[in-house]
Amino acid sequence: MVSCLGQHNYMKIEHSKGIGESIKRLEDKRFLQGQGHYIDDLQLPDMLHAAVLRSPYAHATITNIDVDFALEQPGVVTILTFADLHSVKPIPIRLNPYGSLEPFLQYPLANKRVRYVGDPVALIIAHSRYQAEDVLDNIVVQYDPLPVNIDAEDKVSCPLHHDAKDNVASNFVQQKGDVVEAFNKAEHITKLRFTSGRHSGVPLETRGLIANYDATQEKLKVWGPTKVTHFNRGVLAHMLEMEEHTIEMIEPDVGGGFGVRGEFYPEDYLIPYAALMLKRPVKWIEDRLENLMACNHSREQIYEMEMALKKDGTILGIKVLLSNDQGGYIRTHGIIVPELSAAIFPGPYRIPNYRCEVRSVLTNKTPAGTYRAPGRYECNSSRERLLDLAASELMIDPVKIRSMNLIQPEDMPYEVGTESLGENIVYDSGDYPFALQEVVRLSKYEENRHVDHDNLSNKKVGYGIACFVEKTGLGPFEGARIEIDQTGAITVSTGAANVGQGLETTLAQIASSVLTVSPDSIQVLHGDTDLIPYGVGSFASRATVMAGSAVYYAAQKIRKKLLKIAAHTMNCQVEQLIISDGDICMIDHQDKRLTLTQVAQQSSPRNCPPDIEPGLDFTHYFRCNQMTFAHGATIVKVEIDITTCAIVPKHVWIVYDIGKAINPQMVKGQIEGGAVQGLGGALLEEFNYDPSGQLTSGSFVDYLLPTTTETPLLESKRLDRSPSTLNPIQVKGAGECGIAGIGGALANAVADALGDSGNNVNVLPITPEKVWQWLMPMQDKTN
Amino acid sequence: MVQEATDNSRLIKLTVNGIEYERKVETRVTLVDFIRNELGITGTHVGCEHGVCGACTVMFDGQPVRSCIMLAVQADSHSVQTVESMSSGDQLHPIQQAFWENFGLQCGFCTPGFLLTVQDLLSRNPNPTDTEIREELSGNICRCTGYQSIIAAVKQAAIYMRQE
Amino acid sequence: MKPAPFDYYDPDSVEEVLDLLQQYGDDAKILAGGQSLGPLLNMRLSTPQIIVDLNRVADLEYYKSDNTGLRVGAMTRQSTLEDDTNLRTTQPILAASIPYIGHRSIRNRGTVGGSVAHADPAAEWPAIMLALDGTILIRNTKGTRTVDASDFYVSALTTDLEPDEILVEIQLPNWVKTSGWSFIEFSRRHGDFAILGVAAYLTLENRRCTKSRIAIIGGGPIPIRTSKAESMLIGETISDALLKDVAEQASKELDPDSDMHASADYRRHLASVLVLSALQKATERANKSGGK
Ligand SMILES: Cc1cc2nc3c(=O)[nH]c(=O)nc-3n(C[C@H](O)[C@H](O)[C@H](O)COP(=O)(O)OP(=O)(O)OC[C@H]3O[C@@H](n4cnc5c(N)ncnc54)[C@H](O)[C@@H]3O)c2cc1C
Ligand code: FES
Ligand code: FES
Repeated sequence: MVSCLGQHNYMKIEHSKGIGESIKRLEDKRFLQGQGHYIDDLQLPDMLHAAVLRSPYAHATITNIDVDFALEQPGVVTILTFADLHSVKPIPIRLNPYGSLEPFLQYPLANKRVRYVGDPVALIIAHSRYQAEDVLDNIVVQYDPLPVNIDAEDKVSCPLHHDAKDNVASNFVQQKGDVVEAFNKAEHITKLRFTSGRHSGVPLETRGLIANYDATQEKLKVWGPTKVTHFNRGVLAHMLEMEEHTIEMIEPDVGGGFGVRGEFYPEDYLIPYAALMLKRPVKWIEDRLENLMACNHSREQIYEMEMALKKDGTILGIKVLLSNDQGGYIRTHGIIVPELSAAIFPGPYRIPNYRCEVRSVLTNKTPAGTYRAPGRYECNSSRERLLDLAASELMIDPVKIRSMNLIQPEDMPYEVGTESLGENIVYDSGDYPFALQEVVRLSKYEENRHVDHDNLSNKKVGYGIACFVEKTGLGPFEGARIEIDQTGAITVSTGAANVGQGLETTLAQIASSVLTVSPDSIQVLHGDTDLIPYGVGSFASRATVMAGSAVYYAAQKIRKKLLKIAAHTMNCQVEQLIISDGDICMIDHQDKRLTLTQVAQQSSPRNCPPDIEPGLDFTHYFRCNQMTFAHGATIVKVEIDITTCAIVPKHVWIVYDIGKAINPQMVKGQIEGGAVQGLGGALLEEFNYDPSGQLTSGSFVDYLLPTTTETPLLESKRLDRSPSTLNPIQVKGAGECGIAGIGGALANAVADALGDSGNNVNVLPITPEKVWQWLMPMQDKTN
Repeated sequence: MVQEATDNSRLIKLTVNGIEYERKVETRVTLVDFIRNELGITGTHVGCEHGVCGACTVMFDGQPVRSCIMLAVQADSHSVQTVESMSSGDQLHPIQQAFWENFGLQCGFCTPGFLLTVQDLLSRNPNPTDTEIREELSGNICRCTGYQSIIAAVKQAAIYMRQE
Repeated sequence: MKPAPFDYYDPDSVEEVLDLLQQYGDDAKILAGGQSLGPLLNMRLSTPQIIVDLNRVADLEYYKSDNTGLRVGAMTRQSTLEDDTNLRTTQPILAASIPYIGHRSIRNRGTVGGSVAHADPAAEWPAIMLALDGTILIRNTKGTRTVDASDFYVSALTTDLEPDEILVEIQLPNWVKTSGWSFIEFSRRHGDFAILGVAAYLTLENRRCTKSRIAIIGGGPIPIRTSKAESMLIGETISDALLKDVAEQASKELDPDSDMHASADYRRHLASVLVLSALQKATERANKSGGK
């Protein structure tokens, strides 16, 4: 049963000051002046520094660890190995914790066995990071190498985990209808094996933590967590066997999240553990080499797809075998990524019969988790490529095969027949065909595609399309508390996190729209577990939707009280009052007004009328157990030099519908940022492993992030045609719309440019070398 | 004179943002660690420590350099400027103002490096083309913005600077 | 990622540098711009006991042109040469290649001596030295010696320099006016080390080729001059067919590596494509400059 509590009774907003306006971001002034407070900017007196000794082997048994010599080195305070950790537990799963995954969980330090290059083996605490690193080589670890598995499709390899019979962590099926029947009826079958490469979020700021036991407050304080601080506090309390209220987690400014940052990693236990043990503050700042091998990887999936169609292009059914490369352990995301892939694979299309078998397999690589549009970047790329291949085989235009299979507006709400995160996937609203038409129009696809194709030079131009649906606004709840103190200062507190997306501005805009004050007069606090008793966090494009709605309702509550107190002071009825420009005034005598500060003073326990509860302080928890689905379509234009095989993305167009934008420029920034990350994964970024399981792209010299020169022109258009009916501010999350379709659109554009060789395109990232290989057989023929 | 290296530490004297500092520093300490941890001036960020991302860019004797691959001792008797030197009080530098107005930042972690790189670019080339902007900024990584807004900000900044 | 401890010296004369090198030999490492050594120190891939910093040796930071050619002191920064617009006519290949070295902030510190001595096969300077018949002036406490660039590069990241020696100057002969040139590079991103690059230099007299240089970046463990391919041009009038054959030959002379950015085969393919375009462009320029 779908319910979003409190979705009725929208109050009319008198002046929608705030919502919909591209005001300059409130957090920027401090960032621009170098005054942000990122975790490494924080120093505590008497602070110690940590370094992690990581496994150089992809798979090995640890037969001995000798720390004696290392302990004697200058500055070293202590060294912890697994044996030193008192009653240590594995790190639990945050999302959908199926019990069957328990054998595969990661302990904070390796217990007699390492399973990927980078697996933490020991923690060194010293007086400086320099000194801590000095002894990394002085700890003598004896490893007995084991057979290495880097292939998720390898069925015979040595099991990574003792309790498991093989490396398949999970094997499940999502299905609807009858695929067998669909394939029996098929007039045409298109088959494609598509691989999505391993890459990840790679925020520019690496992870970091400071932990300190505060004896006066009898509290363990941890700075550095983000994303899901309340949940992580629970995990830490459980693992340290402490009461939850004796821990406070404090989110600093955060240099990018993208899904990878803020999950509970081994260090999130180790650093607090060491601080408690030593009764001194301990800091750990992940360095970039660690980050690339320790922080979650993502995206590596193989899709074996078959699609049954009618000759005219109507899709009858799709069968998928999906292999998900999980890496060495199951981490906090459990198997949510392939589950989302399987659930969202049908995308914006009517797929009457669908079967997806998922195998999530452990390999000797860095464990995988979520990264912006997790599971969807991959499944969208695969599906859109499959569609273009079918179109090419049936000689149908790529736009046409999509149009004829898209879900129509009148089908809404549309039940896909799959489920994820414990919810049935139901698309709530959207005009999918319109988004496709718009992007085709915006890019002048019809006009230019053929013109551009006809050139005879070595530079071949291609256009590729992808349509997508994005799940956003995941429940179950988020809270906001609004306080107005006696000076009239407004503070909003929430359990959602600011991972760099500008949450402070968005929430201030929403509160200001109700309270008709200027957004920059509102202070937004977030990410500290002591601010508000319950919180969920920032992921799955949920913060604006969920926290924004909570702020909206909390602001409505406070507004009501303001009017009540003002009515009392002004000796009139509440109905005679409105709030405008931050003042409370009479509708008929607008010169009769009280300032917010005056009303705030009247609300104090000293002045408040006896029959009214004093204070202006309201909390609202917005609850919703249904996701709201954004959607859109992407077109990419590429140019390929068929001599060098260089691939240059020339232009990207993205049309998307997120219902409504709180701050349109910020939304645009989300789209553009996501799009360029997606292009990175489609063209440049890849974690490569050699057969012995060594990560060969473990620095920024080899893991290639896109820069200004690899970034094409991006044009985006917001539709605002399908406001969400699931929340009062009518928004859908915007964070993942830029990235969701771009992998598929790019792959299709490359295929389009390559002409007859284009049907070979079956992988991301697409490197010049791959293009060269795809073209080679053709060139041999022409030579 | 060859200075004897005694205990791997040196007394150095340098100017940072116009203020002279004298500090004893271990010779292996990088310039960025020194500025951030010893001097407590934390606007300069560390994104990779191997010279690729540009987050640690500072002005060294007026030229942008990567402070993660320089040693603090190398700054002895030199002058360094960090992002903190750009604005005066609450008055943003025109480049900062242009970044603000154009949404040229999200998480803000790359921003100090970009601002100083742009400052150098515009001092050498007050009216750069799009291609020049892209090439000159290609040594700075931003993971959040997708760069469009940064390029717009640089164009805007160039106009502001020419008007000054 | 912090450097291991080292003893640090920053003398202000070449003599003092050489004394230190003589004293510490293999234990010492020279620090020039630090744009290659810095990352290696941070990653502890290089852990020298002694660092000898050249940055205070003012005598090594200069460049001058005369009728014998261009002489550049080892500590001259890449950006200093980049900003000298005269070099675009007097040393066109050099001027064209410098902007390909990393990014401006790298070139503000990175030095000519450091790039030449570091001998990265994917770097611009070593190949330019080969293409332009450069020579290298080397000093130790006993004296100086000169080595041709073609003898300087021994094996991967290894040069003819002894532990007690430093590179003090590089010399490039003057540009021959009736010549054409081209510098082409292929990399995954702007500013990255090249996957493959070509510097081509052709002199034409009476339409015939009298001198040819084809130097390849990223074609093997050291920068390579494809001498067989070069010799195919000598005495010939240039035709497209000939250039195609030369390009094919050039790619055969390489010994490229396979890594995650490109396989050896693809690098060879790139070589044949890029050498051809480089030679075409160089011919065009030579024709224009009166070398017909
Ligand atoms: C992000 C990034 C991108 C880069 N991209 C490129 C690129 O595209 N192309 C390119 O060519 N380079 C590139 N570089 C490297 C840069 O050009 C370096 O400047 C150059 O390789 C080394 O010069 P250096 O002065 O910094 O030398 P250092 O790093 O100080 O030294 C390098 C080596 O040379 C030795 N050495 C230095 N000077 C002398 C001397 N006078 N005598 C004897 N030995 C000496 C040192 O002992 C050391 O072993 C890049 C660097 C970075 C960080
Ligand atoms: S931190 Fe210096 S370049 Fe990345
Ligand atoms: S704003 Fe986050 S890295 Fe640029």
